[in-house]
Amino acid sequence: MKIAITAKGATLDSEVDPRFGRARYIIIVDTDSLAFEAVDNTENINAFKGAGIQAASMVSEKGAEVLLTGYCGPKAFQTINAAGVKVVSDISGTVAQAVEKMKSGDVTYTDNPNTDGHW
Amino acid sequence: MIISVASGKGGTGKTTVSTNMALAIDRDVNFLDCDVEEPNAHLFLNPEIEKSELVDTPVPKVNMELCNQCRKCMDICRFNAITVVGEKVLVFPELCHSCGGCMLVCPEGAITETGRNLGIIEYGKTGHITFAHGKMRIGEAMSPPLIKEVRKAVNPEDLTIIDAPPGTSCPVIAAIHGVDFVLMVTEPTPFGLHDLKLAVEAVKLLGIPSGLVINRSDLGTRDVYEYAQEQKIPILLEIPFDRKIAETYSHGKTMVEEMPEWTDKFQKLFHDIEQIVES
Repeated sequence: MKIAITAKGATLDSEVDPRFGRARYIIIVDTDSLAFEAVDNTENINAFKGAGIQAASMVSEKGAEVLLTGYCGPKAFQTINAAGVKVVSDISGTVAQAVEKMKSGDVTYTDNPNTDGHW
Repeated sequence: MIISVASGKGGTGKTTVSTNMALAIDRDVNFLDCDVEEPNAHLFLNPEIEKSELVDTPVPKVNMELCNQCRKCMDICRFNAITVVGEKVLVFPELCHSCGGCMLVCPEGAITETGRNLGIIEYGKTGHITFAHGKMRIGEAMSPPLIKEVRKAVNPEDLTIIDAPPGTSCPVIAAIHGVDFVLMVTEPTPFGLHDLKLAVEAVKLLGIPSGLVINRSDLGTRDVYEYAQEQKIPILLEIPFDRKIAETYSHGKTMVEEMPEWTDKFQKLFHDIEQIVES
Protein backbone atom coordinates (compact mmCIF):
# COMPACT_ATOMS: atom_id res chain seq x y z
CA MET A 1 0.00 0.00 0.00
CA LYS A 2 1.22 3.50 -0.81
CA ILE A 3 1.09 6.09 1.92
CA ALA A 4 2.06 9.79 1.99
CA ILE A 5 4.06 11.33 4.85
CA THR A 6 4.96 15.00 5.19
CA ALA A 7 8.69 15.45 5.85
CA LYS A 8 11.33 18.07 6.52
CA GLY A 9 13.84 16.18 4.36
CA ALA A 10 13.88 13.87 1.35
CA THR A 11 14.82 10.64 3.13
CA LEU A 12 13.12 8.07 5.37
CA ASP A 13 15.16 9.17 8.40
CA SER A 14 13.94 12.79 7.99
CA GLU A 15 11.73 14.30 10.64
CA VAL A 16 7.99 14.47 9.93
CA ASP A 17 6.95 18.01 8.92
CA PRO A 18 3.90 18.87 11.03
CA ARG A 19 2.45 21.02 8.23
CA PHE A 20 0.64 19.35 5.38
CA GLY A 21 0.06 21.90 2.60
CA ARG A 22 3.31 23.73 3.24
CA ALA A 23 5.49 20.75 4.17
CA ARG A 24 9.01 20.84 2.69
CA TYR A 25 8.65 17.37 1.17
CA ILE A 26 5.84 14.89 0.86
CA ILE A 27 7.23 11.35 0.79
CA ILE A 28 5.23 8.66 -0.93
CA VAL A 29 6.23 5.28 0.54
CA ASP A 30 5.25 1.76 -0.41
CA THR A 31 4.76 0.09 2.96
CA ASP A 32 5.61 -3.38 1.59
CA SER A 33 8.82 -2.67 -0.31
CA LEU A 34 9.77 0.59 1.47
CA ALA A 35 10.44 2.06 -1.97
CA PHE A 36 9.76 5.79 -1.78
CA GLU A 37 9.55 8.98 -3.78
CA ALA A 38 10.19 12.36 -2.13
CA VAL A 39 8.08 15.03 -3.79
CA ASP A 40 9.57 18.52 -3.47
CA ASN A 41 6.76 20.76 -2.20
CA THR A 42 8.62 24.10 -2.42
CA GLU A 43 6.14 25.56 -4.85
CA ASN A 44 3.31 25.02 -2.38
CA ILE A 45 5.31 26.49 0.52
CA ASN A 46 5.29 29.77 -1.38
CA ALA A 47 1.69 29.51 -2.59
CA PHE A 48 -0.45 32.53 -1.83
CA LYS A 49 -3.41 30.40 -0.84
CA GLY A 50 -4.70 26.89 -1.38
CA ALA A 51 -1.46 25.04 -0.56
CA GLY A 52 -3.41 22.31 1.22
CA ILE A 53 -5.72 21.83 -1.75
CA GLN A 54 -2.78 21.40 -4.13
CA ALA A 55 -0.95 19.05 -1.79
CA ALA A 56 -4.07 16.94 -1.26
CA SER A 57 -4.64 16.71 -4.99
CA MET A 58 -1.02 15.65 -5.54
CA VAL A 59 -1.18 12.96 -2.83
CA SER A 60 -4.27 11.51 -4.47
CA GLU A 61 -2.66 11.55 -7.92
CA LYS A 62 0.36 9.66 -6.59
CA GLY A 63 -1.98 6.89 -5.58
CA ALA A 64 -1.46 7.14 -1.81
CA GLU A 65 -4.26 5.59 0.25
CA VAL A 66 -3.34 7.18 3.57
CA LEU A 67 -1.82 10.54 4.53
CA LEU A 68 0.21 10.79 7.74
CA THR A 69 0.92 14.34 8.89
CA GLY A 70 0.81 16.72 11.84
CA TYR A 71 -1.97 19.10 10.98
CA CYS A 72 -4.55 19.05 8.24
CA GLY A 73 -6.68 22.15 7.63
CA PRO A 74 -10.31 22.32 6.47
CA LYS A 75 -9.80 22.79 2.72
CA ALA A 76 -7.03 20.20 2.53
CA PHE A 77 -9.19 17.79 4.49
CA GLN A 78 -12.18 18.35 2.24
CA THR A 79 -10.04 17.73 -0.85
CA ILE A 80 -8.28 14.64 0.45
CA ASN A 81 -11.57 13.27 1.71
CA ALA A 82 -13.14 13.74 -1.72
CA ALA A 83 -10.21 11.81 -3.17
CA GLY A 84 -10.91 8.95 -0.77
CA VAL A 85 -7.52 9.23 0.95
CA LYS A 86 -7.62 8.53 4.71
CA VAL A 87 -5.89 10.92 7.11
CA VAL A 88 -3.87 10.20 10.24
CA SER A 89 -2.93 13.45 11.99
CA ASP A 90 -0.79 14.39 15.02
CA ILE A 91 2.12 12.37 13.62
CA SER A 92 5.65 13.18 14.84
CA GLY A 93 9.08 11.53 14.88
CA THR A 94 10.78 10.34 11.69
CA VAL A 95 9.25 9.21 8.43
CA ALA A 96 10.53 5.66 9.05
CA GLN A 97 8.81 5.64 12.47
CA ALA A 98 5.59 6.81 10.85
CA VAL A 99 5.83 3.96 8.33
CA GLU A 100 6.33 1.48 11.17
CA LYS A 101 3.36 2.95 13.00
CA MET A 102 1.24 2.50 9.91
CA LYS A 103 2.42 -1.09 9.38
CA SER A 104 1.75 -2.03 13.00
CA GLY A 105 -1.81 -0.79 12.57
CA ASP A 106 -1.41 1.59 15.52
CA VAL A 107 -3.16 4.49 13.79
CA THR A 108 -6.49 6.27 14.13
CA TYR A 109 -8.07 7.74 11.03
CA THR A 110 -9.42 11.20 11.61
CA ASP A 111 -12.87 12.41 10.58
CA ASN A 112 -12.10 16.11 10.91
CA PRO A 113 -9.50 18.73 10.10
CA ASN A 114 -7.40 19.40 13.21
CA THR A 115 -6.42 23.00 12.52
CA ASP A 116 -8.04 26.17 11.16
CA GLY A 117 -7.52 27.55 7.69
CA HIS A 118 -4.87 30.23 7.24
CA TRP A 119 -5.47 33.56 5.54
CA MET B 1 -13.04 64.92 -11.25
CA ILE B 2 -12.28 62.19 -8.73
CA ILE B 3 -10.00 62.78 -5.75
CA SER B 4 -8.90 59.77 -3.70
CA VAL B 5 -7.70 60.34 -0.16
CA ALA B 6 -5.14 57.65 0.64
CA SER B 7 -2.32 57.17 3.11
CA GLY B 8 -0.14 54.08 3.32
CA LYS B 9 -0.17 54.05 7.10
CA GLY B 10 -3.55 53.65 8.78
CA GLY B 11 -4.89 56.17 11.28
CA THR B 12 -3.21 59.20 9.74
CA GLY B 13 -6.45 61.12 9.12
CA LYS B 14 -7.87 60.08 5.73
CA THR B 15 -11.44 60.23 6.96
CA THR B 16 -10.86 63.51 8.78
CA VAL B 17 -9.46 65.11 5.62
CA SER B 18 -11.96 63.60 3.17
CA THR B 19 -15.08 64.39 5.22
CA ASN B 20 -13.99 67.92 6.07
CA MET B 21 -13.04 68.68 2.49
CA ALA B 22 -16.41 67.36 1.26
CA LEU B 23 -18.28 69.49 3.79
CA ALA B 24 -16.22 72.62 3.09
CA ILE B 25 -16.74 72.54 -0.68
CA ASP B 26 -19.50 74.88 -1.85
CA ARG B 27 -20.58 72.57 -4.68
CA ASP B 28 -22.45 69.30 -5.05
CA VAL B 29 -20.07 66.46 -4.39
CA ASN B 30 -20.20 62.65 -4.29
CA PHE B 31 -18.57 61.00 -1.33
CA LEU B 32 -17.57 57.33 -1.58
CA ASP B 33 -16.28 55.53 1.49
CA CYS B 34 -14.22 52.78 -0.13
CA ASP B 35 -12.68 51.59 3.13
CA VAL B 36 -15.17 48.73 2.92
CA GLU B 37 -13.55 46.67 5.66
CA GLU B 38 -14.30 49.33 8.22
CA PRO B 39 -16.20 52.27 6.73
CA ASN B 40 -16.55 55.15 9.20
CA ALA B 41 -17.15 58.33 7.17
CA HIS B 42 -20.91 57.97 7.75
CA LEU B 43 -20.30 58.56 11.48
CA PHE B 44 -19.18 62.10 10.63
CA LEU B 45 -21.36 62.90 7.64
CA ASN B 46 -24.56 61.27 9.00
CA PRO B 47 -26.19 60.70 5.61
CA GLU B 48 -29.77 59.54 5.45
CA ILE B 49 -29.53 56.09 3.85
CA GLU B 50 -32.09 55.81 1.06
CA LYS B 51 -31.14 52.54 -0.59
CA SER B 52 -29.18 49.42 0.20
CA GLU B 53 -28.16 46.69 -2.22
CA LEU B 54 -26.44 43.32 -1.99
CA VAL B 55 -23.32 42.82 -4.09
CA ASP B 56 -22.22 39.41 -5.40
CA THR B 57 -19.14 38.32 -7.29
CA PRO B 58 -19.31 35.49 -9.85
CA VAL B 59 -17.87 32.11 -8.84
CA PRO B 60 -18.00 28.82 -10.79
CA LYS B 61 -20.60 26.10 -10.50
CA VAL B 62 -19.85 22.74 -12.11
CA ASN B 63 -22.39 20.52 -13.84
CA MET B 64 -20.96 17.05 -13.11
CA GLU B 65 -23.07 15.46 -15.85
CA LEU B 66 -21.06 17.40 -18.45
CA CYS B 67 -17.64 17.33 -16.73
CA ASN B 68 -15.13 14.77 -18.02
CA GLN B 69 -12.41 15.59 -15.43
CA CYS B 70 -10.06 17.05 -18.06
CA ARG B 71 -8.55 19.34 -15.36
CA LYS B 72 -8.24 22.40 -17.61
CA CYS B 73 -10.16 24.48 -15.05
CA MET B 74 -7.83 23.37 -12.29
CA ASP B 75 -4.73 24.12 -14.37
CA ILE B 76 -5.75 27.68 -15.22
CA CYS B 77 -6.83 28.67 -11.69
CA ARG B 78 -4.00 30.48 -9.94
CA PHE B 79 -5.80 30.41 -6.61
CA ASN B 80 -6.66 26.71 -6.27
CA ALA B 81 -10.32 27.65 -6.15
CA ILE B 82 -11.31 24.71 -8.35
CA THR B 83 -9.74 21.27 -8.00
CA VAL B 84 -10.32 17.95 -9.68
CA VAL B 85 -9.79 14.95 -7.40
CA GLY B 86 -10.58 11.59 -8.88
CA GLU B 87 -14.08 11.77 -10.30
CA LYS B 88 -14.98 14.87 -8.30
CA VAL B 89 -14.55 18.60 -8.84
CA LEU B 90 -14.32 20.74 -5.72
CA VAL B 91 -15.00 24.46 -5.82
CA PHE B 92 -13.75 26.72 -3.02
CA PRO B 93 -15.77 29.89 -3.68
CA GLU B 94 -13.93 31.92 -1.02
CA LEU B 95 -10.63 31.48 -2.90
CA CYS B 96 -12.10 32.50 -6.28
CA HIS B 97 -11.00 35.84 -7.79
CA SER B 98 -13.83 35.81 -10.35
CA CYS B 99 -11.54 35.90 -13.39
CA GLY B 100 -13.84 33.60 -15.35
CA GLY B 101 -10.89 31.58 -16.67
CA CYS B 102 -12.32 28.19 -15.71
CA MET B 103 -15.52 28.94 -17.60
CA LEU B 104 -13.58 30.02 -20.69
CA VAL B 105 -11.34 26.96 -20.88
CA CYS B 106 -13.94 24.29 -20.07
CA PRO B 107 -14.37 22.41 -23.39
CA GLU B 108 -17.56 20.74 -22.18
CA GLY B 109 -19.39 23.91 -21.14
CA ALA B 110 -19.82 22.31 -17.72
CA ILE B 111 -19.08 25.49 -15.76
CA THR B 112 -21.61 28.25 -15.18
CA GLU B 113 -21.64 31.25 -12.86
CA THR B 114 -23.18 31.49 -9.46
CA GLY B 115 -22.62 34.23 -6.89
CA ARG B 116 -20.67 34.76 -3.67
CA ASN B 117 -21.96 37.61 -1.53
CA LEU B 118 -19.36 40.33 -0.94
CA GLY B 119 -21.39 42.69 1.19
CA ILE B 120 -23.71 45.62 0.71
CA ILE B 121 -23.59 49.12 -0.70
CA GLU B 122 -25.65 51.82 0.99
CA TYR B 123 -26.62 55.03 -0.77
CA GLY B 124 -27.74 58.23 0.90
CA LYS B 125 -27.65 62.01 0.98
CA THR B 126 -26.72 64.76 3.37
CA GLY B 127 -26.93 68.41 2.30
CA HIS B 128 -24.84 68.90 -0.84
CA ILE B 129 -23.17 65.49 -0.43
CA THR B 130 -24.37 62.37 -2.25
CA PHE B 131 -23.06 59.49 -0.24
CA ALA B 132 -22.28 55.81 -0.84
CA HIS B 133 -20.27 53.26 1.07
CA GLY B 134 -19.54 49.55 0.93
CA LYS B 135 -19.79 47.27 3.93
CA MET B 136 -17.99 44.00 3.41
CA ARG B 137 -19.68 40.79 4.55
CA ILE B 138 -18.17 39.48 7.77
CA GLY B 139 -15.91 36.57 6.83
CA GLU B 140 -15.26 37.85 3.29
CA ALA B 141 -11.53 38.23 2.61
CA MET B 142 -11.50 40.07 -0.73
CA SER B 143 -12.40 43.74 -0.76
CA PRO B 144 -11.40 44.99 -4.27
CA PRO B 145 -14.53 43.67 -6.08
CA LEU B 146 -16.78 45.49 -3.60
CA ILE B 147 -14.68 48.67 -3.83
CA LYS B 148 -15.03 48.58 -7.62
CA GLU B 149 -18.80 48.28 -7.25
CA VAL B 150 -18.92 51.26 -4.85
CA ARG B 151 -17.04 53.31 -7.43
CA LYS B 152 -19.69 52.49 -10.04
CA ALA B 153 -22.15 54.54 -7.96
CA VAL B 154 -20.86 57.74 -9.56
CA ASN B 155 -20.27 59.22 -12.97
CA PRO B 156 -16.47 59.72 -13.23
CA GLU B 157 -17.08 63.19 -14.67
CA ASP B 158 -18.82 64.38 -11.51
CA LEU B 159 -16.92 65.76 -8.57
CA THR B 160 -16.20 62.84 -6.26
CA ILE B 161 -14.14 62.36 -3.12
CA ILE B 162 -13.08 58.81 -2.25
CA ASP B 163 -12.04 57.81 1.25
CA ALA B 164 -9.59 55.00 0.41
CA PRO B 165 -8.54 52.10 2.63
CA PRO B 166 -5.07 52.24 4.21
CA GLY B 167 -2.07 50.32 2.89
CA THR B 168 -0.66 49.94 -0.61
CA SER B 169 -2.07 46.61 -1.77
CA CYS B 170 -4.98 45.61 -4.03
CA PRO B 171 -7.77 47.37 -2.05
CA VAL B 172 -5.92 50.71 -2.29
CA ILE B 173 -5.22 50.25 -5.98
CA ALA B 174 -8.95 49.55 -6.49
CA ALA B 175 -9.71 52.85 -4.73
CA ILE B 176 -7.18 55.02 -6.61
CA HIS B 177 -6.96 53.45 -10.07
CA GLY B 178 -8.11 55.88 -12.76
CA VAL B 179 -8.73 58.84 -10.43
CA ASP B 180 -7.57 62.37 -11.24
CA PHE B 181 -5.73 63.09 -8.02
CA VAL B 182 -4.48 61.22 -4.96
CA LEU B 183 -4.33 63.24 -1.77
CA MET B 184 -2.03 61.45 0.64
CA VAL B 185 -2.40 62.00 4.34
CA THR B 186 0.61 61.30 6.52
CA GLU B 187 2.12 62.13 9.87
CA PRO B 188 5.72 63.20 10.49
CA THR B 189 6.75 60.00 12.26
CA PRO B 190 9.12 57.24 11.09
CA PHE B 191 6.12 54.92 10.55
CA GLY B 192 4.22 57.59 8.67
CA LEU B 193 7.20 58.27 6.40
CA HIS B 194 7.95 54.59 5.81
CA ASP B 195 4.42 53.85 4.63
CA LEU B 196 4.13 57.14 2.75
CA LYS B 197 7.10 56.11 0.62
CA LEU B 198 5.31 52.88 -0.35
CA ALA B 199 2.16 54.83 -1.20
CA VAL B 200 4.12 57.36 -3.28
CA GLU B 201 5.71 54.53 -5.28
CA ALA B 202 2.29 53.02 -6.00
CA VAL B 203 0.82 56.37 -7.06
CA LYS B 204 3.81 57.12 -9.31
CA LEU B 205 3.47 53.72 -10.94
CA LEU B 206 -0.13 54.58 -11.79
CA GLY B 207 0.92 58.02 -13.06
CA ILE B 208 -1.59 59.96 -10.95
CA PRO B 209 -0.78 63.50 -9.73
CA SER B 210 -0.61 63.71 -5.95
CA GLY B 211 -0.28 66.06 -3.01
CA LEU B 212 0.26 65.73 0.70
CA VAL B 213 -1.58 66.61 3.88
CA ILE B 214 0.58 66.43 6.99
CA ASN B 215 -1.52 65.66 10.01
CA ARG B 216 -0.29 66.19 13.59
CA SER B 217 2.28 68.29 11.78
CA ASP B 218 3.98 69.63 14.91
CA LEU B 219 4.96 66.15 16.15
CA GLY B 220 7.88 63.95 15.15
CA THR B 221 10.66 64.99 12.83
CA ARG B 222 11.20 67.02 9.65
CA ASP B 223 11.99 63.89 7.61
CA VAL B 224 8.57 63.81 5.92
CA TYR B 225 8.99 67.43 4.81
CA GLU B 226 12.41 66.72 3.35
CA TYR B 227 11.09 63.64 1.58
CA ALA B 228 8.19 65.62 0.08
CA GLN B 229 10.62 68.24 -1.21
CA GLU B 230 12.92 65.61 -2.67
CA GLN B 231 10.03 63.90 -4.45
CA LYS B 232 8.51 67.24 -5.50
CA ILE B 233 5.19 66.41 -3.84
CA PRO B 234 3.38 69.61 -2.84
CA ILE B 235 2.34 69.91 0.82
CA LEU B 236 -1.19 71.25 0.51
CA LEU B 237 -2.28 71.36 4.14
CA GLU B 238 -0.86 70.95 7.63
CA ILE B 239 -3.08 70.05 10.57
CA PRO B 240 -1.54 70.50 14.02
CA PHE B 241 -1.74 68.04 16.93
CA ASP B 242 -4.54 69.87 18.68
CA ARG B 243 -6.64 68.59 21.59
CA LYS B 244 -9.74 70.38 20.26
CA ILE B 245 -9.47 68.55 16.93
CA ALA B 246 -9.10 65.19 18.71
CA GLU B 247 -12.10 65.93 20.95
CA THR B 248 -14.19 66.97 17.96
CA TYR B 249 -13.34 63.72 16.20
CA SER B 250 -14.05 61.60 19.28
CA HIS B 251 -17.54 63.13 19.46
CA GLY B 252 -18.23 62.21 15.83
CA LYS B 253 -18.13 65.87 14.79
CA THR B 254 -16.10 67.48 12.04
CA MET B 255 -13.59 70.32 12.22
CA VAL B 256 -15.58 72.31 9.68
CA GLU B 257 -18.66 72.15 11.93
CA GLU B 258 -16.98 72.82 15.27
CA MET B 259 -14.04 75.01 14.26
CA PRO B 260 -15.31 77.24 11.42
CA GLU B 261 -11.84 78.68 10.80
CA TRP B 262 -11.02 75.36 9.08
CA THR B 263 -13.68 75.79 6.36
CA ASP B 264 -11.47 78.20 4.41
CA LYS B 265 -8.44 75.93 4.76
CA PHE B 266 -10.27 72.88 3.42
CA GLN B 267 -11.77 74.99 0.62
CA LYS B 268 -8.31 76.19 -0.30
CA LEU B 269 -7.08 72.59 -0.21
CA PHE B 270 -9.75 71.65 -2.73
CA HIS B 271 -9.04 74.64 -5.00
CA ASP B 272 -5.32 73.85 -4.96
CA ILE B 273 -6.09 70.29 -6.03
CA GLU B 274 -8.40 71.56 -8.77
CA GLN B 275 -5.62 73.79 -10.09
CA ILE B 276 -3.07 70.97 -10.13
CA VAL B 277 -5.50 68.68 -11.98
CA GLU B 278 -6.39 71.37 -14.53
CA SER B 279 -2.80 72.41 -15.19
